[in-house]
Amino acid sequence: MSNLLDNVFGLSSQALDVWQRRSEVIASNIANADTPDYKARDVDFRQVLQQASGEASPSLALSTPTPGQLTTTSESADALKYRVPLQPSMDGNTVDAQAEQSAFASNMVHYQASLSFINSTIQQLRLAINGGGQS
Amino acid sequence: MSLMKIFDTAGSGMSAESLRLNTVASNLANADSVSSSPNTAYKAKELMFAPVLQQQGGVAAGDASANVGVRMAGVTESQQPVESHYEPGNPMADASGFVYGSNVNPIDELVNMISASRSYQNNVEVMNTTKQLMIKTINLGS
Repeated sequence: MSNLLDNVFGLSSQALDVWQRRSEVIASNIANADTPDYKARDVDFRQVLQQASGEASPSLALSTPTPGQLTTTSESADALKYRVPLQPSMDGNTVDAQAEQSAFASNMVHYQASLSFINSTIQQLRLAINGGGQS
Repeated sequence: MSLMKIFDTAGSGMSAESLRLNTVASNLANADSVSSSPNTAYKAKELMFAPVLQQQGGVAAGDASANVGVRMAGVTESQQPVESHYEPGNPMADASGFVYGSNVNPIDELVNMISASRSYQNNVEVMNTTKQLMIKTINLGS
């Protein structure tokens, strides 16, 4: 594939991946809404997308010449974060069904937005290929 | 396609919640059962849920896997005392004329039922939304 098409969708396709992953995590939270001791989790979108797009976060990272040396960014951006419960329950479950529902809804709207960005890019490309004629 | 995994997760949630509804149904159906001894009297059953990691190639302990379904870990019986009634005419009555009812608390069961059906609906909504978005993804660029 040409260089043009490699980058044609930009960050949208990576964002789509991250939204998808986040929707998985929230679906797990909703499925476990009644499981004792289950801790609700979420994806740190900014961090994961930065990692996916290859943007290093701080420019002055600690150099690690020896293998096994601890790095300043020992925590992987992929790691899921635990949600801080607004109303802790007695069984140790931290899922707030309403909060998860709204998070899922907004997540899916964002997914749809990324999808329509990709869609319009495809339509633009098609227009360019056909020269504005009949598709 | 990782959206597919949401169906597994939400599906496990739905099956767990429908099991819970089933338990409520049996408890309510047996609310008026009588027995001839306290040991054999019907005890209200409760389900225990536990998270289950859905990962290809086995489950890794302490793994930050994104996908966590739910499964039924076991059934417990309510420890509430059973009620005894004096009914000498009942064929199930013991030597001193007592029958022993169940320890089902209908209010608890109804609350449980509402909670289970709400959780079930949540999972259905998750599935519906995911399905619509999958169709949109498949039709991308058309």
